[in-house]
Amino acid sequence: MTKRVYGIVSQKGKATSVMINSIIIYGLVNSVILALIAMGFSLTFGISGVANFAYGGFYILSGFLTWMLLNYLKFPFVLAIVVTIGVVGLLGFVTYWVILLRVRGIALSEVIATFALGVGILELFRWLGFVTYEFTLPYLKKGMVLIAGVPLDYQRLFIIGIGLALVLFLYLFTHHTRIGLAFRGIAQNERTAISLGIKPDWTAALSLAFGSAMASVAAIVILPLGIISINQGYEVLLIAVAVGIVGGLESVPGILVASLILGYAQIITGTYFKPEWMMVVYLAAIVLTLAIKPSGLFGKFKELEERV
Amino acid sequence: MQDKTFLKVEGLTKNFGGVAAIVRVSFELQEGELLGIIGPNGSGKTTLVNLLTGFVRPDSGKVIYRGRDITRKMPYNIAKLGIARTFQMVKPFYQLSAFKNLIIPLYSTRVKKLRGGKYGDRDDVAIDLLEDVGFERDSSVPYKVASSLPHGYLKRLELARCLALRPDLLILDELFSGMSMSEVASTLPIIEKLNSERLSIIMVEHRLKELFRIAHRVIALNFGSKIADGPPRDMKENDAVKAAYLGSEDED
Amino acid sequence: MKFRKERLDRGIKVRCEDIFVLSSYQEMLYMLFPRVVPVMILLILPLLKGVIGLYWEKVFMITCTIALLALSWDLMASVGLISLGQALFFGVGAYVTGFLNHTFKLPPILTIPLGTLGGAFICTLLLLPVLRLRGVYFAIVTLTLPLLLARFIEATKILGGTEGMSGLTPFPNIWVELYVPVLALLVCLFGFRRLINEDYGLVLQGIRDNDRAVMSGAINIYWFKAQAVFIAGVAGAFAGAFMTHYNQVVGMSAFAMDYSVLPLTAAVLGGIGSFAGPTIGAFILIPLSELLRAVGTLRVVFYSAILIICVVGLPEGIFHYMRRKYHQFERMVDVG
Repeated sequence: MTKRVYGIVSQKGKATSVMINSIIIYGLVNSVILALIAMGFSLTFGISGVANFAYGGFYILSGFLTWMLLNYLKFPFVLAIVVTIGVVGLLGFVTYWVILLRVRGIALSEVIATFALGVGILELFRWLGFVTYEFTLPYLKKGMVLIAGVPLDYQRLFIIGIGLALVLFLYLFTHHTRIGLAFRGIAQNERTAISLGIKPDWTAALSLAFGSAMASVAAIVILPLGIISINQGYEVLLIAVAVGIVGGLESVPGILVASLILGYAQIITGTYFKPEWMMVVYLAAIVLTLAIKPSGLFGKFKELEERV
Repeated sequence: MQDKTFLKVEGLTKNFGGVAAIVRVSFELQEGELLGIIGPNGSGKTTLVNLLTGFVRPDSGKVIYRGRDITRKMPYNIAKLGIARTFQMVKPFYQLSAFKNLIIPLYSTRVKKLRGGKYGDRDDVAIDLLEDVGFERDSSVPYKVASSLPHGYLKRLELARCLALRPDLLILDELFSGMSMSEVASTLPIIEKLNSERLSIIMVEHRLKELFRIAHRVIALNFGSKIADGPPRDMKENDAVKAAYLGSEDED
Repeated sequence: MKFRKERLDRGIKVRCEDIFVLSSYQEMLYMLFPRVVPVMILLILPLLKGVIGLYWEKVFMITCTIALLALSWDLMASVGLISLGQALFFGVGAYVTGFLNHTFKLPPILTIPLGTLGGAFICTLLLLPVLRLRGVYFAIVTLTLPLLLARFIEATKILGGTEGMSGLTPFPNIWVELYVPVLALLVCLFGFRRLINEDYGLVLQGIRDNDRAVMSGAINIYWFKAQAVFIAGVAGAFAGAFMTHYNQVVGMSAFAMDYSVLPLTAAVLGGIGSFAGPTIGAFILIPLSELLRAVGTLRVVFYSAILIICVVGLPEGIFHYMRRKYHQFERMVDVG
């Protein structure tokens, strides 16, 4: 993520109250961005055990698809968004049936197949030339507002709103709806789930569809902050997994807390040190978590540790 | 004062996300004893075995083996100290032949130390072990791939896998489940013989008749708590034990 | 009349069991042929350098490099570790070698072994904390480590930063250049195959298939995983170390995604777990991709497509398929 995304100019050694407020607010924005990105991946992998390494590819695909609908087909904004989310969700669903179904259960093949899909999508766009500055998505609403002396544009405010809403939705969905509980069921114990009448393949395909759709939502809301950069597709995967590992995979509160920790750690690093070090925060967080509490902060089933 | 008890379990407790699997279980095992663990389904027997062998970490409590606290040790370190266990859900290395399955435990450093570091005869040792647990020696059965072997053989393979380590404490988790009457009848004397050779054994079982014939002492679990502890004949009269089994199948 | 397909070993294969392979020239040839011919080809190819030209010579070098990385990948896969970042080994090996040559002016005869062993050691250290993870998480971390290291170098500007280190010592003569990677490849190929067939290899595969059972056999699975990573790292780091001196320069491109995706594709194409398969896969894939150079970065899309098709449709890979055809035949059996 470039400096421009965070809108912070590093002023070493000048800690003013505006600076602190700025860190608090931009830290929150960053955290919600991380949470938004991680949620779709968590839904499919952490909660229903389906690996989707094409996640980064879907994310960027959503961005470019919306762009193409807006610029080539001149769709109205709302229609473009809806179509994109629908198409990408459908793509996730189809991916399960076409690719994952045949290799289900063989972790190696699941990883490779979905990873290859993601790489294929990303590099296809690179070859098609989607690499220049013209590829940006429009802000949902232009304008700024002042919060505690810190300028914050509406887009970022919107991100916070949607992000928190989605986290709440995800929590309620996986704990109180039949489909959501089914998602969690197939991750924990597929045989029991089947015996309870849950159809694992349909459920897995649906979770993949949902997760991909969430990737779309995240992309549409976050990508306007900068240009759609293909390398971000790979970063997105890293973010999703870092948040998952730190927070504990099947835990929605875990996503929130982990995002806050990582988000703020990043902003503080970016402000007081060099912006390039922000990426290192992910690696440090992963290593620390694995060393101290491998199941993550909120991980209940300790899958990583106790594989009985 | 050094505690000389062979195995001492103190106040083991384990919760799985709100479900109390094991609640303050304590017991002792003397060297050379054959201890049975019984209880209806869901009483926590397998969890107890997992706690003893390091596959699950307890929330509280201690496991002390020969004076050493092994509560939080990794499973392979506990195995290195001489505690071997079978798995209720048998999972051999399916693509390997029966005797190749045994090569892996024979590769461990514990075995290297005990057998004096002779590497060449691993294959022979494996064949011998299989014979010890009832595989017919001069047949092709030991060379058959594990996925083609019937369940009874796989269970005996589990036993052989444990014996490969030359353990001092053997923990059998429902070894007899899925075995035919004749297979149980032929395996029982093997276990008795092992026990008479000073191998301490803990047996989790549903086949009460067979267990009571060879066990010195039996512990009964229900809903994660210990409800009885005594010789087999006491179990048959114990009201709590009978009440625990009422409603679930009596295997007797 | 219902038919069922049945696969049987060929007569000659059965006759080759154990000592009977020596019973006639036919049997011996049958067993030696698949082993000797590729070795001969590999040893002879460099001699044709005058005929095939400098460009294809370079392709040959890259093929050997990718083959080494593919072998390295296959070894890690044999113990259950799926790596999406072989570039880590390549890059670290390359940088250690380049650093020793650039800063201390050590000659290649020293920098390459040091780079290989040092690189493997560093990579093992880096991966040590994540060995406990389930396959999928391990995969992700391996994917991101090369990216992170590249960023780290870019940010801190150490080891040459974005420009890298150049002007490194070349090789004394062309024969060293051509034969060292070939020999390394053969050593790794036959060495790894031998390793996996020994009891040690059984333990590794046991860890892959059922680590719980291996743990209860008093074996520290993480120690064995670390060993496997180190050995795989030696192969990978050597590739990096060698190429550093071949190109006489090392830069951030040593951590490029190509060095992760290509070996993976070669392994999947050729047949996971066979070591010969990944090698064959590399020798098919790289020359093929050179022919496709005209289409630019679309090649990566091709690799992805190949990966998906192989994983889903032909999971056994080319090598296993060929071997099956060589050793077995099929026929339809009437089951009434």
